[in-house]
Amino acid sequence: MSVRVGVVTFPGSLDDRDALRAIRLAGAEPVPLWHGDKWLADVDAVVLPGGFSYGDYLRCGAIARFSPAMESVIDGARNGLPVLGICNGFQVLCEAHLLPGALIRNAERRFVCRDQRIRIERSATAWTAGYDDGQELVIPIKNIDGGYVADQPTLDALEAEGRVVARYLDTNPNGSYRDIAGICNEAGNVVGLMPHPEHAIDQLTGPSADGLGFFSSVLTSSFLTSMVGA
Amino acid sequence: MTATRRRTPLDTVQVAESSPEQSQPYAELGLARDEYARIKEILGRRPTSSELAMYSVMWSEHCSYKSSKVHLKQFADKKPAKAAGEKDILLVGMGENAGVVDVGNGQAVTFKIESHNHPSYVEPYQGAATGVGGIVRDILTMGARPIAVLDSLRFGAAEAADTARVLPGVVSGVGGYGNCLGLPNIGGELVFDPSYLANPLVNALCVGVLPADGIKLAKAEGPGSLVVLFGARTGGDGIGGASVLASASFEREGERKRPAVQVGDPFAEKVLIECCLEIFAADLVSGIQDLGAAGLSCATTELAAAGTGGMHIDLDLAPLRDETLAPEEILMSESQERMMAVVTPDNLEAFLKVCAKWDVTATVLGTVTDGDRLVMRWHGETIVDVPPRTLAHEGPVYRRPLRRPYDQDALNGEHGNGLPRPRTGEQLRATALKLVTSPNLADKSWVTDQYDRYVQGNTVLAQPEDAGMVRLPGPDGEDSDVGIAVSVDGNGRYCRLDPYAGAQLALAEAYRNVAVTGARPLAVTNCLNFGSPEDPAVMWQFAEAVRGLADGCQQLGIPVTGGNVSFYNQTGTTAILPTPVIGVLGVIDDVNRRTPMALRTDGAQLYLLGETRDEFGGSEWAHVAHGFLGGRPPAVDLERERLLADVLINASRDGLVDAAHDLSDGGLFVALAEACLRGLAGVRLVVPEGIDPFVFLFSESAGRAIVAVPRTEEVRFTDMCTARGLPAQRIGVLDILEAGIEVQGQFRIPMAELRVAWAATLPALFG
Repeated sequence: MSVRVGVVTFPGSLDDRDALRAIRLAGAEPVPLWHGDKWLADVDAVVLPGGFSYGDYLRCGAIARFSPAMESVIDGARNGLPVLGICNGFQVLCEAHLLPGALIRNAERRFVCRDQRIRIERSATAWTAGYDDGQELVIPIKNIDGGYVADQPTLDALEAEGRVVARYLDTNPNGSYRDIAGICNEAGNVVGLMPHPEHAIDQLTGPSADGLGFFSSVLTSSFLTSMVGA
Repeated sequence: MTATRRRTPLDTVQVAESSPEQSQPYAELGLARDEYARIKEILGRRPTSSELAMYSVMWSEHCSYKSSKVHLKQFADKKPAKAAGEKDILLVGMGENAGVVDVGNGQAVTFKIESHNHPSYVEPYQGAATGVGGIVRDILTMGARPIAVLDSLRFGAAEAADTARVLPGVVSGVGGYGNCLGLPNIGGELVFDPSYLANPLVNALCVGVLPADGIKLAKAEGPGSLVVLFGARTGGDGIGGASVLASASFEREGERKRPAVQVGDPFAEKVLIECCLEIFAADLVSGIQDLGAAGLSCATTELAAAGTGGMHIDLDLAPLRDETLAPEEILMSESQERMMAVVTPDNLEAFLKVCAKWDVTATVLGTVTDGDRLVMRWHGETIVDVPPRTLAHEGPVYRRPLRRPYDQDALNGEHGNGLPRPRTGEQLRATALKLVTSPNLADKSWVTDQYDRYVQGNTVLAQPEDAGMVRLPGPDGEDSDVGIAVSVDGNGRYCRLDPYAGAQLALAEAYRNVAVTGARPLAVTNCLNFGSPEDPAVMWQFAEAVRGLADGCQQLGIPVTGGNVSFYNQTGTTAILPTPVIGVLGVIDDVNRRTPMALRTDGAQLYLLGETRDEFGGSEWAHVAHGFLGGRPPAVDLERERLLADVLINASRDGLVDAAHDLSDGGLFVALAEACLRGLAGVRLVVPEGIDPFVFLFSESAGRAIVAVPRTEEVRFTDMCTARGLPAQRIGVLDILEAGIEVQGQFRIPMAELRVAWAATLPALFG
């Protein structure tokens, strides 16, 4: 039986269908999930996609985290369910306190869409197991609130515990502290990522196919089994 | 300090009948005296203030096309003949919200361009944002999922102080709205010219895809069907002149300034799009119209006029954002993110259920009736009782006087042949750098990096490529290999010198840009930006441009499917450069075969297709080097354009070229620089014998492109050009190690120097 990976659509989600496509291409069974449903359809992993949930009018991700689907995602995440938050999904994970810190307006105060070089800093997560530590990727970035911030002790702890999953190379596109492009929780099953790996799945529509690894990593991840019975 | 409003009493039909002599502010609403007289004649009485509001907006230039109609007719009259046995690809033509083109496989594509110029000057962010929102709703209304946007932007001189106010706002408005809707922005234009200083042009194009049998039309048919208003609540934005009707006066110190510019809420529109697509998929509406210019006035009259003819509306049921709005204001409000649907009673429950799922407010306002009157009531009293066709279709039509501008001959006579030209290698090098760094030709990524080009995951080509290209979903919803390509182009300077030729040159450039990618051009949309139609010289420019465009489309065999006219683009009495912006849509059978612009393949031969003549009238060189505009624009040869397109499309299909790039503003050198910078390869260029290096490098002769031909395909490619009679000249070779552009015997510019110069201009201007 193939691994079932769900993608939660919130009102204002934009990259949900793109995430479903990437999951399919990686060889998993994509499962669309609706924000209003508590039931997660027995999925083995969840992606919170990019977009502007609820218009991001209050604070990015601030309303989405209170949706019925998120109640189940939060419960699952605390019990080892692999969860990947991309862009707006990263913001939702921070708002839900599954990840520390916050994402604020880009340093240049403008939306930025560009092909970004990043480096995988930690392959020991549910979503990066298919990469090598130090591997460099080119993945599109597109956000206006992508600046990762946290207080110094939190940043130091993230570094010390090896929880910085990816870092920007060349130009830091949004003013993120310590060039942080992605982080994970202590267990490594929950990853928040500002770049969009679902837009780097083939040479036809993306700058590379470097992003596919995030979606294929979860298929063979040891995190899948650890969550059985949770 | 309270802002109490003294209202005029409700002006019902009954009141209007009993007070025929009451004076009405028709002139303040922009109606001419004879137009007002005609309204009285149609109604057999004076209009109520609500009716007057409706006529004033529906008969405005913007909604009625009263000055342009007689000219635009040519697009239909000169519709290209289709070859015998050939299927008509045009499923919906002019007159609907947007044209629809059959792209095969049971799939259709709809696209249209529209202006939002004046609002974008007053309030750059919201003006541009709602411009995007409006055109997206037009596409949605056809039953289509919007799949891409393009934006064609024109501003005053790049260094002008006001450009620094307007441009960043417009760009973040286009981006803010489109990004939030999840629509990839795949192309457009950015042009600077002093004539647009107090009148920027913000033209937005949207493309959508739909099942060929799923087209929705704006008509209210079937008496008993329900008229449902859904989406955002109606507020006081965009009301403009209607306030003179609603309030006799304002308390002085409490005067309320209503926003004349609409305010956009992209999140509401995103939800509305998904809600509509779910409604369309379940086939729950028999007619649909978006609320754009003239809001409810336009939606109700157009739906009724195109359908059975009768409609009854209880206007007081419209959900309001501001409970103090008077009926006249509700009728004219241009609040965004609203739609009106016609739903049969048995579908209503399902319709409302989908709306509830998406948290979209939906309200039954009335019903379709079997009469031929549009009747509106306000708390039970009749305030509108009109024949809807008199508003929607039978507005005034003007044949405005035309006159060739007095300075036209002088302008054409000042050919500029005496302008000093660079001669030495060093001078040519300086000219090359000057052009590449000029705001019109410099790197545009300061702008385009603010647009999401990836969302939806189907973008195959995006700016700075010649055309944007997106992959279409197949009929089963899976990714197909079929794609569409779109380009928008315009050239106000060429049009100023010769509006007939200028319009054709813009058409030819958009057509060429589509063909360069390997897509076959299919259809045309246009946004005609001009000064005041009351100025005979402007009207002449307009008439000439339309004639040129209609003739050009006929000759190229691609129909005009729709578009938009924007008049009164002027500062004081000075009109902008006449600026028809042309969008061309093409189809490619296999997106994997697309031809990109980037020069990458080491050793590939560089060919110049077409002929280069000494043509600098209206050129970027004359503008940048001498601030000069005069002479004649480059010669138009549409048969040559067709031939060039055929060669480019075949070369793409058969894999004969690795890269191709259109030659336009700035000529060969600029095109080459763009293609090299995109692909990181250098080029060694040879100036062919018998041509002046300056002309070779910078002339703007039309009908040309450069292609990179791998050595293995060289014979096949040149044989094809020879067989078809297309001039093709080998002018150089790609060299990965060269890391620069070397024009042999003249000059060399290292890639690094070129890139820094090219990329620095816009950030230096706009931060």
